[in-house]
Amino acid sequence: MDLFNLGIRSIFIDNMIFAYFLGMCSFLAVSKKVSTAMGLGAAVIFVLTVTVPTNWMLNEYVLKEGALAWISPGLAEIDLSFLQFIMFIAIIAAMVQLVEMIVEKFAPALYGALGIFLPLIAVNCAILGGSLFMAQRDYTLAESAVYGFGSGVGWLLAIVALAAIREKLKYSHVPNGLKGLGITMLLTGLMGLAFMSFMGIDL
Amino acid sequence: MSAETVEKAIVTKPAEALLSKRRKKLISDPLVDDNPVTIQVLGICSALAVTTQMKPTLVMAIAVIFVVVMSNFVISLMRNTVPGRVRIIVQLAVVATLVTLVNEVLKAFAYDMYKELSVFVGLIITNCIVMGRLEAFAMGNKPYDSVLDGFGSALGYSWIILAVAFFRELLGSGAVFGVPVYDYISSLFGPDFTLATNGLMVSPVGAFMILGIIIWVQRTKTGYVEH
Repeated sequence: MDLFNLGIRSIFIDNMIFAYFLGMCSFLAVSKKVSTAMGLGAAVIFVLTVTVPTNWMLNEYVLKEGALAWISPGLAEIDLSFLQFIMFIAIIAAMVQLVEMIVEKFAPALYGALGIFLPLIAVNCAILGGSLFMAQRDYTLAESAVYGFGSGVGWLLAIVALAAIREKLKYSHVPNGLKGLGITMLLTGLMGLAFMSFMGIDL
Repeated sequence: MSAETVEKAIVTKPAEALLSKRRKKLISDPLVDDNPVTIQVLGICSALAVTTQMKPTLVMAIAVIFVVVMSNFVISLMRNTVPGRVRIIVQLAVVATLVTLVNEVLKAFAYDMYKELSVFVGLIITNCIVMGRLEAFAMGNKPYDSVLDGFGSALGYSWIILAVAFFRELLGSGAVFGVPVYDYISSLFGPDFTLATNGLMVSPVGAFMILGIIIWVQRTKTGYVEH
């Protein structure tokens, strides 16, 4: 039940976009069409669900203070946590590469649709942010998997909703200076206002 | 004879001034006309996340300036030896190393600030401005030019996040750099007068709104229209 609560919390209350501003770059750049937004969102869910537990294992068994004790008790005093950033980003880049190859091999249609977005996920802050939050909050393995999946779903929800609004926005008269990025920021703000209502939920 | 003149021509060609017009442009362009945040739409994540108060924002700005300038310099030095296919990994490794450095320095000398910025220092790695400048400039230009270019872009980013933080802290907590401006102003008008702070500005919503408005004002001034 706790896991379920964590899932709900990471989708709605701690939403990656509206609460932590993570993954804004691709959120703004790829939200012009619902179909591409959907594809990128799906890829983000997948990569987050894979990388957060992988990084959890890396953190738990290699990087944390005393984590190397399982090899030999003499290594118990080693603290490699300063390597966290480099290791996490390396795992993420490798995972994205792997995902890219798998998708290309087994789902060429999806690969074509995602195009350049797949490799770009490696530098999406939502992915690295998910792993860093996981390390900071001391999740267990199951929790980190649920957290990764939930944050991905929250991100997909946000980008698809914004893309739907922006598709309709094409037909309205926006002041010149506000076109594009400006109006999108204001829209995201309003959507964030709506998402703030979830904060009242006590899980 | 002809070889001699060629050699002479090379020798007498004056070196470019340390701050020539072209190089000044490298710094000044990203400040307004080609601003990384408001025009190129890069580095928005951290521009919003740390800007509830001026102080952490200033630390963040300094950290980003350091990382962008140094990574531009290092990558520019290596640009001819890095094979094209692995360049992203190399860039990420260089940036991650620099960010780790910043993180350790903060942890050692400013632990409170380290706690406050939490994961957002680490997220400088994925700040699009860093990768964007490496890809677009440092991979094809000399080290000194790259340093100037990185400095200009990081400055353009810094003034935007400081502006956002100024409005968010002033309107949201009634203070600037932790100095309670609102309390001071209301004390001028007698005991019954208080200026109300707006809690919305401290929340993420305020950040989106403020940045949206800054972009609007800035683009109206520069006449930039997105299609």
